[in-house]
Amino acid sequence: MKFGVVVFPGSNCDQDAVDTLELMGQHVVKLWHKDHDLQGSDFIILPGGFSYGDYLRTGAVARFSPIMNEVIAHANRGGYLLGICNGFQILAEARLVPGVLLRNTNQQYICKNVHLAPQSRDALLTAGLDKPAYKIPIAHGEGRYFADADTLKRLNDNGQVLFRYCNEAGEITDAANCNGSVENIAGVTNETKNVFGMMPHPERAADPALGNTDGRLILEQALKAVLV
Amino acid sequence: MKYIAEIDIMPQKEILDPQGKAVKLGLHNLHMDTIDNVRIGKHIRLEVEADSEAQARETVDSACRQLLANLIMEEYAFSLHTA
Amino acid sequence: MEITESPNVGPLPTVETARKLGVLPEEFDRIGQILGRQPNFTELSIFSVMWSEHCSYKNSIVWLKTLPRDSDRMLAKAGEENAGLVDIGDGLACSFKIESHNHPSALEPYQGAATGVGGINRDIFTMGARPIAQLNSLRFGDLNLPKTRRLLRGVVKGIGDYGNAFGIPTVGGELYFDESYNTNPLVNAFSAGIVEVGKVAKATSYGVGNPVFIVGSATGKDGIHGATFASEDISDKSTEKLPAVQVGDPFMEKLLLEATLEIIATGYVIGIQDMGAAGIICSTSEMSAKGEHGMIIDLDKVPMRQPNMQPFEILLSESQERMLVVIEKGKEDVINQIFDKWDLNCAQIGEVTAPGPDGVGRLHFYRHGELVADVPAHDLVLGGGAPQYHREYREPAYIKEFEQFDADDVDDVETDEIADVARHLLSHPNICSRRWVYEQYDSMVGTANRSTNAPSDAAVVRIKTPEVGLSNKSIVITVDCNSRYVNANPRRGAMIAVAEAARNIVCSGGEPLAVTNNLNFGNPYVPEVYWQFVEAVQGMGEACRRFSTPVTGGNVSFYNQSSDDGPVFPTPTIGMLGLMEDPSHQMTLNFKAEGDWIYLLGPPTDDIASSEYLYSYRKVKASPAPLFDFETEWRVQEAIKTMIRHGWIKSAHDVSDGGLFVALAESAMAGNKGFQIDTVDRYRTDAFLFGESQSRVVITVSPDKLHEVEGYFNEGQTFVRLGVVTAADFVINDQTILTSAEAKDLYDNSLGRIMA
Repeated sequence: MKFGVVVFPGSNCDQDAVDTLELMGQHVVKLWHKDHDLQGSDFIILPGGFSYGDYLRTGAVARFSPIMNEVIAHANRGGYLLGICNGFQILAEARLVPGVLLRNTNQQYICKNVHLAPQSRDALLTAGLDKPAYKIPIAHGEGRYFADADTLKRLNDNGQVLFRYCNEAGEITDAANCNGSVENIAGVTNETKNVFGMMPHPERAADPALGNTDGRLILEQALKAVLV
Repeated sequence: MKYIAEIDIMPQKEILDPQGKAVKLGLHNLHMDTIDNVRIGKHIRLEVEADSEAQARETVDSACRQLLANLIMEEYAFSLHTA
Repeated sequence: MEITESPNVGPLPTVETARKLGVLPEEFDRIGQILGRQPNFTELSIFSVMWSEHCSYKNSIVWLKTLPRDSDRMLAKAGEENAGLVDIGDGLACSFKIESHNHPSALEPYQGAATGVGGINRDIFTMGARPIAQLNSLRFGDLNLPKTRRLLRGVVKGIGDYGNAFGIPTVGGELYFDESYNTNPLVNAFSAGIVEVGKVAKATSYGVGNPVFIVGSATGKDGIHGATFASEDISDKSTEKLPAVQVGDPFMEKLLLEATLEIIATGYVIGIQDMGAAGIICSTSEMSAKGEHGMIIDLDKVPMRQPNMQPFEILLSESQERMLVVIEKGKEDVINQIFDKWDLNCAQIGEVTAPGPDGVGRLHFYRHGELVADVPAHDLVLGGGAPQYHREYREPAYIKEFEQFDADDVDDVETDEIADVARHLLSHPNICSRRWVYEQYDSMVGTANRSTNAPSDAAVVRIKTPEVGLSNKSIVITVDCNSRYVNANPRRGAMIAVAEAARNIVCSGGEPLAVTNNLNFGNPYVPEVYWQFVEAVQGMGEACRRFSTPVTGGNVSFYNQSSDDGPVFPTPTIGMLGLMEDPSHQMTLNFKAEGDWIYLLGPPTDDIASSEYLYSYRKVKASPAPLFDFETEWRVQEAIKTMIRHGWIKSAHDVSDGGLFVALAESAMAGNKGFQIDTVDRYRTDAFLFGESQSRVVITVSPDKLHEVEGYFNEGQTFVRLGVVTAADFVINDQTILTSAEAKDLYDNSLGRIMA
């Protein structure tokens, strides 16, 4: 499988995504936002960072970068697409996943380790995860997931919630809801479950040298993809 | 009497507005090359109880100066109408 | 190119205008001698900024020269390049520097701090080094004042928003509060980057006909108030308002970083320098002086943000996110393409000219087709013609008073008072957790921060960039200065700052290599303030010589003084770079297992001087700096290194602010453990637990290593076996002082509660 990591102006976790996937033995290419070629990538990653400075609204300007035409076509064909942090914000602006990401409840940027409880039983990214809680860092100012009641019901009914913020034991509590997301939601997938968005950074928790490999367990799920 | 204030807060003309600059770049990506000088500020609407328009104006002006705008780098203007 | 005309001068400025520009009458005369005629206003303003304290270090350089500047590992001498450059082996070098943005942060904390972060990072990547980690050192006034909280909130958000978007992790720092900073907060930003030894870009310019480019942001009327005020003598008052604040654009900086590293990688760059203070005139003159060539510059070609800019405004503007680049002639297309790719301005504004017969390059600036300034580059710069002064200094009266302090006049703590002091210290803003601050910084971007899940006294960051790949080595970095100690005794206080930085690096598993300093002081024309400066520089120099950590550069910030509050505490912040060659040497501070023995390595004393306990609990402000002895310090640090290499110890944590008790508490809380210890009767209990005498480290040892460690200690170390690590709670002399839960709440949440 070939991974493609899109580089927008202001992306700053693109190299981390590349390094992590290479550490996992994967073939990765960087895709420049002004290009129109996905270079045969099977699995596209929109990385974290501050595309276009996060000005106006996070992800709002990057969503119109030239390469997004091809990325959206790829997703509509059923191709796999994962947005991490700013990548999730871009997916939300492009309406590739439901919901929006608002400023954190405490109005501050937050960078720390949090715990995630995997939810969806049939989404590629979470179906194979069996621990109650995964320790993964967050690093964002605007990560408070919000969707209206109808959307939330659909997400819950269809198993589209990927992760919820939880405590170390895997309990989904108010205290564990680090940014005020509705129903502690940290990540979601689209109806066809080929587009994934999550605020936490699994690529930052994948190298044993940094003392935490829970993120690698999540990214390894992507390797189970059956390509279309 | 209740008044509604519509307040616009803008970065001062001579101050760099990185946000406006990046948004202009995004608009040019959408081939709207005729757009220039994008500057981005805030719009604030609030209600104020006052005996007269002059009093309401004074209160809103004071709110702008003390909190809503940072006069070192922003300028503001507002209009008032009765609720 | 032959230049025969004379600058179109207009009305010539007088000595009075010069004075308004901060140019002394004797300096004004000297400018006339250098030029062989009277300067016009543009030229005078050029000299005024280039000979300012900020660019010329005229009031500090004679003392800075006394600092040790050499070691085997130094690749650039202090002040020679934009930042210090240290050989770290494997063909790699680390470029690192600290810089202040105190005055802008006092005016507008958010933008002031943000642009400080931007400036220090440009100093690093202009050398071709990719920044991999940032630190900051912050000082604010009394936290009970709403103004202090506003400044702290703004500065932290400014550092966070800029550094987070720029995408380089902020991995550590320090934060202190004291009334002396009520009016003048200190904001010092540190950055470190990695570059291959053969690919370092230089701040130079040569090769007649080579093109000169300005790249990055457009130029506005930023940071030119002094000159504008003085210009009213010779022209009408400017109608355009001046921006009071410079706005940072981290997005632009990120693009500039990538584009800069790309052009340097082409090999066509002759020289490059970022534009900080004094903008175009500073970069053109410093690069030309270094390369011993001249330049001809057409100011009309500079991309401008505001209309109708005067020549002096363009030359002096401090607009952010700009660089000056000289490249090989004929390669203009290459640089244009790279900057186009990143959607950045890139304008050729001139070319390199030959030096005169005297070997001196001249700078010729044109505006609207007219020559507006003609100045020799060499005479503008530090080490060239810029003035250097010896200032008068005198010991302040308070020093003698502080030395008369007698600890016997202070009651020791009663047994039932220990818990009260413990609570006071753990919740004190100078000691409690900085979580409220550091969670607003992205500390993990770059996937290189080894300290995220392994806390230690200094930050450990592995060497990893797209350009050089992943190395086994890590840099170990820290910023340190207890300015209360420096105020009490500038010489010893500065030595302690160096020693503590080294101790933090050693306790994290690193080897100290080199230092960058940020000397924050009051007005240098006040002899008592200048005495603090002179003493501190000498103490720092002595300590750096003994640790073999040369001072690679840094920054001097004077005039941190107000009419109401007087000067700030003298604050010579030390930024220290260490290296950890073997990842297995990484040492952490958290207690690991119940039953591990806890030792104090280094001598316990009866010293309570200048401790947080004495200062804020006993409210005794006048006391000397804590005890410090270099030989003891060296012995302790060597012991820590030895024990780490043998794998004998499981944790190490330096005893600093708040003394032994706080060190124990921090190690316990970080490991979700407790401790049970006994004090030693022959020392004052308060000094034993809360005193801040130097050269002490808390370590833990598993029971099976006890004999090795004590056998080693008995060969010449002073130590105390304090007690054991427990599951929870802090027990001293069989009395539970605090439960873990209460301690953790006080320590973790006190700052957040004040800031809420």
